[in-house]
Amino acid sequence: MKKMFTTLALGAALAAGPAAADLVFPDLSYRTGPYAAGGVPFSDGYQDYFALVNARDGGIGGEKARVIECETAYNTEKGVECYEATKGEGALVYQPLSTGITYQLIPKVTADGIPLHTMGYGRTSAANGKVFSNVFNYPANYWDAASAAINHLLEENGGSLDGKKITLLYHNSAYGKEPIRTLEELSKKHGFELGQIAVDHPGQEQKSQWLQIRRERPDYVIMWGWGVMNQVAIQEAANIRFPMENFIGNWWAGAEHDVTPAGEAAHGYKSLNMNRIADLPVFEDIKKHVHEAGNAAGDGSNVGSVLYTRGMYAAMLAVEAAKTAQEIHGTADINAAQMRDGMEALEMTNEKMAALGMEGIGPEFSVSCADHGGSGQAIVQQWDANEKMWKPLTDYIDSDREVIATLVAEDSAAFAAENNISERCN
Amino acid sequence: MLYREAGDFKTSYVADSQTFPIKFDRYRYYAVLIIGFAFIPFVINDYWVNAIFLPFLIYSIAAIGLNILTGYCGQVSLGTGGFMAVGAYACYKLMTAFPEVSILIHVLLAGGITAGVGVLFGLPSLRIKGFYLAVATLAAQFFLVWLFNRVPWFYNYSASGQINAPERTMFGVPVTGPETAAWAAYLFCLVLTVFCALIARNLTRGMMGRKWMAIRDMDIAAEIIGVNPLMAKLSAFAVSSFFVGVAGALFFAVYLGAVEVGEAFGITKSFLVLFMVIIGGLGSIFGSFAGAAFLVLLPVVLKLVGVDLLGWPTDLVAHLQLIIVGALIVLFLIVEPHGLAQLWRVAKEKLRLWPFPH
Repeated sequence: MKKMFTTLALGAALAAGPAAADLVFPDLSYRTGPYAAGGVPFSDGYQDYFALVNARDGGIGGEKARVIECETAYNTEKGVECYEATKGEGALVYQPLSTGITYQLIPKVTADGIPLHTMGYGRTSAANGKVFSNVFNYPANYWDAASAAINHLLEENGGSLDGKKITLLYHNSAYGKEPIRTLEELSKKHGFELGQIAVDHPGQEQKSQWLQIRRERPDYVIMWGWGVMNQVAIQEAANIRFPMENFIGNWWAGAEHDVTPAGEAAHGYKSLNMNRIADLPVFEDIKKHVHEAGNAAGDGSNVGSVLYTRGMYAAMLAVEAAKTAQEIHGTADINAAQMRDGMEALEMTNEKMAALGMEGIGPEFSVSCADHGGSGQAIVQQWDANEKMWKPLTDYIDSDREVIATLVAEDSAAFAAENNISERCN
Repeated sequence: MLYREAGDFKTSYVADSQTFPIKFDRYRYYAVLIIGFAFIPFVINDYWVNAIFLPFLIYSIAAIGLNILTGYCGQVSLGTGGFMAVGAYACYKLMTAFPEVSILIHVLLAGGITAGVGVLFGLPSLRIKGFYLAVATLAAQFFLVWLFNRVPWFYNYSASGQINAPERTMFGVPVTGPETAAWAAYLFCLVLTVFCALIARNLTRGMMGRKWMAIRDMDIAAEIIGVNPLMAKLSAFAVSSFFVGVAGALFFAVYLGAVEVGEAFGITKSFLVLFMVIIGGLGSIFGSFAGAAFLVLLPVVLKLVGVDLLGWPTDLVAHLQLIIVGALIVLFLIVEPHGLAQLWRVAKEKLRLWPFPH
């Protein structure tokens, strides 16, 4: 009973909260559980960039950014708890880095008027801003990823995939199932045969899946994996001597920690990426202003890694959107609704990225009321096990927007009908 | 001094066999009900309802369900997560197929469908028991999760395999969907929890409950004195699954709103509910509530103390939480195998004699 009262008191203190006039960016991270390997570097990058903006520029438009971290362990129940615990603090934008939590939050953020940015994950049809007013998934989404991978294969095969056999190895969850619809459409269009093999959460056991791949001998394997599943898949692919250059992961299956456990055997493994990785000047700033001041998130060892860069990129997009919102509304102390307007008016140009010390980190794109999806471009990178680094193989590849636009319209129309949403931006 | 029968005269058999025969206990129970129904709904907010009250109430129903099967009838089950999934998907299919029917009816029907499925998977219990039955129910867990992942009909052919609860109202007030007010979701779950607890309490006090307990204590002896094991075991599976199904339906429709079967109703859910029953106390309705409260509140309290009060890193607190919960489970099993309910019973005995113990 006493514990109950303590909780009550603590909860009340939490609910009241400090009435600070700063910009709140909750970080729904996961540093524990089977997906922590991906969650840790992303969250480090996300937090370090806000710390850099505070230390170097004195905040965003003079307002300090405050990051509230909340551990979700990639679990939807904890995600909901984190959302409810932080939204009262004046949260400006949520980036849960989990498709499951995203599905949970889409109706909630729309009701509460808070924007949700799901960069390259979440519900793909949220790219249709006419239906999803508060959800953004720029710069690219899953269906772009699926299409970009196929386009890359088309290029490799001289424009035709006729008669080829492509197998999708996917995490058996909302996340892994997302690309299936697009790949089915593309298989009809390009005449390749699509196989689907599911791997159940968390994906530590894939012997039977890879036996099936060995038996069916697909020409290419595309993987939609995350967390420990990636490492296991690459190891298993090596075990059956599947040619690594014919094995392509999506952008959540292409980080250093995914390939290093397999050692030499992972050499040649390909993956997509939505942002470039390079030795950017901004990392020097982070080291100087954040790490040397002792404010590094985590242990500070992830700077420059694939997911660290992506987390930092996500934070940069949030900061730029906040700046845009400050310009539109003429106030530095923006609220969630104003932040939403800022995200909808966001424009990323090469000059802007270069000025921030991240030249060419992402594609150029602009967001509009109807289009929340960005440019939908991705690059293909390849792992070099000798030099222990990812090497970009291509420049930004366009996705098949024609196929995807139809699918997005279809899926978002179904959502709109289910939830009685009338289209905006007309 | 407290919890004494002295001066509390019963003049009828009905009065003597009521749920709370001791006056003090009865008034405490009324006080809890009044606070729950007339006070909390006015002060509750989104955080309280989503972080504490909804999970507590819903897990309580699930724990009551499992307690009937495991605690009262002695049939070990590891299929709770799978049965909750049946409740959730039944509720989803009903909600989308018959949008004009009240959500309350859908939740109860979902419980009924789960009861049917539970009976089906309870059939092996007539031939096998103990560990072997646990493995059979484990098979139910994996089969059901696989089924809801595999057959698109269950999730209405959505692209991601997720199910989303559309908005449904009771008396014009939304109780599912994003527009739900905190108090509405809370009251809806509270009414169902109280309803389930009352039924469970009275079933276990009556003939049916005695049959279950006879089977639990010694099935051969029970059969000799005239208890039909077929009926007793299958009724335990049916009643238990009904409660678990209602809990699953509420878990999906009111609490989470969107569910992915493998993540929300996996094997960890089965273990979580089993831990609640063991920590709370096998064979006790109060124990189900205590176990649910313990395992729902503990992580929240640890998080509040560790992260918000002491400012520790979130991953450290999350790891500490695993250690503390695990250690407490071991500690409970060693020090008080009968769970929190037994502690409560002992406390009541002590309070009766206080301040003059012999």
